[in-house]
Parts: sequence; C-alpha cells; structure tokens
Amino acid sequence: MNKADVVIGVTGLNATDNPGPGISVIRSLRHDPEFKGKIIGLSYDALDPGNFSDYADAVYLIPYPSEGEDALKNRIKYIINQTGMQICIPTLDSELPGFNAISDNLEEAGCKMFLPTKDQYEMRSKTKLPELGAAAKIRVPAQCVIASIDDVYKLHEQFTFPLVIKGVFYGAEICHSVEDASIAYNKMVAQWGVPIIVQEFISGTEFDVVAVGDGKGGLVGAVPMKKMYMTDKGKGWSGIVVKGDELMEMTNKFMKATKWRGPCELEILRTTTGEHLLLEVNPRFPAWTFLSAGAGVNLSMAVSQLAFGSDPDVMPAPDAGTMFVRISLDQITHVDQFQHIVASGECHGMEPK
Amino acid sequence: MTGNVRLQELAVNESGFVFDPHTGLTYTANETARYVIEQMKAGSAVENIVEGIKAEFEADGRDVYRHVLEFIHNLQEQGLSSLEAPVE
Repeated sequence: MNKADVVIGVTGLNATDNPGPGISVIRSLRHDPEFKGKIIGLSYDALDPGNFSDYADAVYLIPYPSEGEDALKNRIKYIINQTGMQICIPTLDSELPGFNAISDNLEEAGCKMFLPTKDQYEMRSKTKLPELGAAAKIRVPAQCVIASIDDVYKLHEQFTFPLVIKGVFYGAEICHSVEDASIAYNKMVAQWGVPIIVQEFISGTEFDVVAVGDGKGGLVGAVPMKKMYMTDKGKGWSGIVVKGDELMEMTNKFMKATKWRGPCELEILRTTTGEHLLLEVNPRFPAWTFLSAGAGVNLSMAVSQLAFGSDPDVMPAPDAGTMFVRISLDQITHVDQFQHIVASGECHGMEPK
Repeated sequence: MTGNVRLQELAVNESGFVFDPHTGLTYTANETARYVIEQMKAGSAVENIVEGIKAEFEADGRDVYRHVLEFIHNLQEQGLSSLEAPVE
C-alpha cells in the first residue's frame, strides 16, 4: 500500500458525547508521517459533527443499515467511482453485517476491507460469551439470557445480588435488588429490545484493550488502557496506557481461538485477587483508538495495510503512561456547508471556519 | 505479577509523582517517601534505608524506623512491594 496516495473511507463520524470511533481512526491514519493520501468520511446524518471538521477531505452520506444491503452497495459503489476509494474501514457494530454482506461487490469495484467474518461477529455476541470463554480457555462471568420480565423474578434462584443487567447491544446496570433489576430490564428492552443478558457482579478494575487480529490466529498489535475518568454514560473521557502481561495474554488467547480478522476491543476485569475475566468483545475499533497511535502502535494504519493485502508495519510495545484526555469543542461552520450535505448528500474540501 | 516486580516498574519523577504502569494508578510521594522507593528499587535493606534517611534528612532514629516500616506496609497493601519488613 502506498501511504502517499491511498484513498481510505471511514464511517462513524458521530463524534457526540457517545462518540463513534471514526474521527479517532482518521486521526490515527493522519498521525502516520508517511500518510499523504485522502480520507473519505462516510456519515449517516447531515449533522454528524465529523462532517464539519477538516479531518476528512470529503464527506458522503450513506444509508442507515435499516435501508438494506442494496442501498448501501449502490451508494458505496457511487462513492468509489467518485473518489477512487480503495479501502473502507467501517467502525460501528450495527453496520458490520451490511458491509460484510457487500464486501465481494466492493472488492470487485476496487475497494477492500479487513473485517471480522460473519461467524466471528456472531461468536463474540454478548449472548454467547460463555461459549467463547470455553473455546478460548478464558474465564468469563457466569451469565444467563432472559427475554421476559417474569424471568427477572426468578433470578435469585441462579444469582445473588448485586448482579448486572446488560442490553443486547449496549448498556449495563448494576442492580442490588429485584426492583432495580426489573427497572433496568424494562429500560434496556425499551432501548435495544430482547434478549437481555444477566451477569454475575464481580468487583474489580476494568481495563480495555484495542487489538487487531491477522485473521489467522495471530495478534498484529494491541494497546491496553485503563479509563481514568468516565462520563455519566460510562464512556471513557480520559484514559492511560498500562503495561499488562495478563491483558496481552488474554488478547492473544482470544485471537488464537477465534482467528479474529480486523480490529476489536476487549473489556477485561481484573478482580481484587488478581484474576482476569473477559467481560465483552466489541467487533470494531473503540472511540479511543487514537490513543493507540499516540502510544506508538498505529492499529488503524495496520488495518488499512491488511485490507490492501500489504504486511502491516512492525508494532512496538505501547508506551505505558501515554494518556488521552477528551475535549468538547464547538466547530464553527456555515449553513452553505450544511445545505450542501443535506441537498447533495456530499461535501468536498472540508474547511472549518 | 509480584509486588517487587511492580516496584521496579514504578515510574517516579523528581517531583514525587509516581505512576504504576500495571494498574494505571498514580500517587504523590513526598521527598522521604520518594527516597524510600528509590532505595527499595535499588535493593537496599530496611536498616540501610533508615540510616540513609537519618543522614540525608537529619531525622531522629526511632521515629524514622517506625515511619519507614509503616510506609513499606502501605506499599504492600497497594501490591507494590513483596519486601518483608521486619516486625518492630
């Protein structure tokens, strides 16, 4: 892959208080001093904040996953024709099945991706964590899957309180009583539907690892991080790179067992007695991916190279102590830029005022 | 990972800011605490650390010994040292 003229598309420009990973991935690519290519921002909403930054050279709206694979395929093919986009990095959970389904079409059109397979995507589903743990010989918390409010009132037969109620895609709440659990159940169902995952609560410290697998069981690179400050939504607002032999060992085991292809984020709990449990696997880059580039491990560039069919750059050990501290900024733009995106679904030559 | 390995990995700067790369936690150490950590990292025995503090900081003998033991116990509680401090 020639970093000097490659054209890379990145999704997830919703840099809100619950940010998508897109801007972080783009900043990582631009962090590589050899990168002189172009970035195409792929956005779902005209008001996605990333549309109005200068991180992308051009922005194109793409259809929501609910509009189906044909709509996505046709739109991406149009963007490939317009921009010469050679690589695409989807960064959102919900869009991965759609992009996976059209990957052959995109490759024929000249655009490659390096994504987890459909089987891998399903294997790491929250509902299948016990099976994943058994296959990878990784300890995971005890859990069950429920789909009815009646089941909440039987939880005491299987768990002791407190326990954790988790939405199928997002969200987790610690519940200290049946009343707490029934409120959390209804809230999660309203947001994400059924099923709901119920997990045993284990106290400890949570760590997150961003990693890339080569699709053959090998680990391309990984960066472990501890959140230092979290928002009320539980999103990390600052974090620090840590050394973690046990965290890296678990990440290696996960890669070996799943032959993971592409990026992922592992959420790992270190208990007060020093044991490590895998809590969750997200099948894409996290929103704090730029920290990995800052720590000397540019995983976004590695995924681009793997997608292109090139060998990724050699990854050094991450620089422990590297921190990120997120910031909210008001971008000033003009209605001309906004109307361009709304009216034509695209915008070129991004120049924040 | 043993406490002594974690002790060796502690990053301590001149102003006494301490970073544990294993947990991501940070601490602030005063001048004498920083001296104790540095001496422990260098493998000094408790008696030598106490003598060093008496010489460096012109402190009284019995109190210094007690404070050093207390500090080592604090480090042990944080999992930052496996050094067995003698019981007073």
